[in-house]
Amino acid sequence: MRLEKRNAASPLALVLAPFGAIGFTLVVSSLLVLWAGAPVGPTWGHLLRGGFGSVFAWTETLTRATPLVLTGLAATVAFKARLFNIGAEGQLYAGALAAVAVGGLHGGEGLGLPAVLLFPLMVLAAAAAGALLLLGPALMKARLGVDEVVTTLLLNFIVLLGVSALLDGPMKDPTAMGWPQSVALQPELELGRLVEGARVHTGLLAAAALGVALWALLKFTTFGFDIRALGANARAAAFAGVPVTRTVMGVALLSGALAGLAGAVEVAGRTGYVTLDMSPGYGYSGIVIAMLAGLHPLGVLAAAVFVAGVLVGADSMSRAIGVPNYIADVIVAASLLSVLVAALLAQYRIRWR
Amino acid sequence: MTDLYDILANPAFWVAVLRIATPLILGTLGVLLCERAGVLNLGIEGIMVAGAFTGWLAVYAGAPLWAGVAVAAGCGLLFGLLHAWLTVGLALSQHVAGLGITLLATSLSYYGYRVSFPKVNTPPTIQPFQPMEQLDIPVLQAQTPLTLLALLLVPLVAWVLYRTPVGLALRMVGENPQAAESQGASVLALRTGAIAAGSALMGVAGAFLTLSAFNSFYFNMVNGRGWICVALVVFASWRPGKALLGALLFAFFDALQLRLQQAGDALLPYQVYLMLPYLLSILALVLVARRAAYPKALMKPYRKGER
Repeated sequence: MRLEKRNAASPLALVLAPFGAIGFTLVVSSLLVLWAGAPVGPTWGHLLRGGFGSVFAWTETLTRATPLVLTGLAATVAFKARLFNIGAEGQLYAGALAAVAVGGLHGGEGLGLPAVLLFPLMVLAAAAAGALLLLGPALMKARLGVDEVVTTLLLNFIVLLGVSALLDGPMKDPTAMGWPQSVALQPELELGRLVEGARVHTGLLAAAALGVALWALLKFTTFGFDIRALGANARAAAFAGVPVTRTVMGVALLSGALAGLAGAVEVAGRTGYVTLDMSPGYGYSGIVIAMLAGLHPLGVLAAAVFVAGVLVGADSMSRAIGVPNYIADVIVAASLLSVLVAALLAQYRIRWR
Repeated sequence: MTDLYDILANPAFWVAVLRIATPLILGTLGVLLCERAGVLNLGIEGIMVAGAFTGWLAVYAGAPLWAGVAVAAGCGLLFGLLHAWLTVGLALSQHVAGLGITLLATSLSYYGYRVSFPKVNTPPTIQPFQPMEQLDIPVLQAQTPLTLLALLLVPLVAWVLYRTPVGLALRMVGENPQAAESQGASVLALRTGAIAAGSALMGVAGAFLTLSAFNSFYFNMVNGRGWICVALVVFASWRPGKALLGALLFAFFDALQLRLQQAGDALLPYQVYLMLPYLLSILALVLVARRAAYPKALMKPYRKGER
């Protein structure tokens, strides 16, 4: 068996590829539903309704999609430059902690600054915390050639343990009845609701705007061109005068900042404080979303809504029918792999010889 | 410092070191085989979860312990074949394919566990491997047969890599696939074989957790051990002997932090001790990075006729 590059990507294959991927994912996950002894049709019905079937379902899905857009963008910009940032989970927690450190009620009064000043300060601190966390692995990659995948992965564990230590110690909320929970954010820093009585908040608009901004940055600026050149062929890019180290550092700062913002948005929009389980793996899901979107910032918006809908829908389906909600992770993983294969087959043909 | 002496003089400490090292030895050998053939396998974390789950489930269903080990190896082998198809057959990004497999294997295992035991709060247990008391070797007699297997696999893998034609061809494929192909070796077959065998070892590494170290399957029980194996391979400069050394050294510090934590002097929050294994892994990567002898073709997809 060998692969042969098609002269031009076949238009038919390009159209069929996503459907093939969806079909494959559906077959695999349907078999798993049957294994659980549940009827396939009603299970999918519950999942779809739970994720997208009502105004309430949509508000929940969009609430869940908000941090996923940001971590998805973080992975997108990094992967574009072949900086494999797998550390968005840790960067998210770093951002969340920084947000509470700046905008939290420590002993009731906080920093004593007006909210107009405090809000941008909080956002900046979260972005900076995430960015600085990725700078170490990026420097180690650029200066020492240490593979960033492993360092960023390991940093996730270190950060989470660090957060745990802080929530047990200096940042613990003394009024939280012993729960490891940070001090609360000042109420005037919390993001406004988009729909009365639902959890979806203005962070969604900010995340979407950042998606458009990142798209424009990649498409229209020199920095964006450098990123794309670096991703296409690092050696050729260096030869053509792209400042490689500087671009990688810039990408690291940008990617880490986006993931850090995801943490701030979660704190200011949803939880109000930091807990150890505030992210059910948003950082890792962001990687999947970036790949599903083909590393396109606008595609990330759609992919994040899809993944969020599957997660929310699976939770509601699980309550209704009792098929374990881990099916959502299987669906996401299977669609990732099948989308990758489908995208490849649209560009290459297989020759069996 | 008498505390430290007490810890080191206690044989139980060294028993723990070898026990902690066992899954790391197996996993590191698995990653090493894949990478020597030129393929990064980040599926390891998920494959270990799948091996831990399927091996345990087989024994829970009544299979003998060694059959459970075989099931775990077979399960790892299947995920290895998937990884090989994606990365060698289709030449997809090795990073992404590996992470995808980790996600798939982990979620499938958790799903399977929940389907098999819908309303169970305390995980059901099995009768795990027992220590080899018939052996008359101090630390080793407190270990289970899987530890002995891991120790024996180190020279075996080294022998295959350095003393057999297959090993030579495999290393060549990892250094220069074009050259290997021109010598008549099949890059596809060699890489697929190496990934399948390596992934089978990762499956066994996971099974050690459920069939030897514990007697049950828990969520998050692999807890980053797979990623640590990936770091250990760099530390070991892709050599089986050094992989054993690295795993033991690493387990030494892990066992030490456990003891220090239990001693309860609490100089630092307990989380700082738990961070040590991960910090050590990063430190090891940084220290070795400059003279790391990466297999030259690692992470480079190979397509016939394409450069």
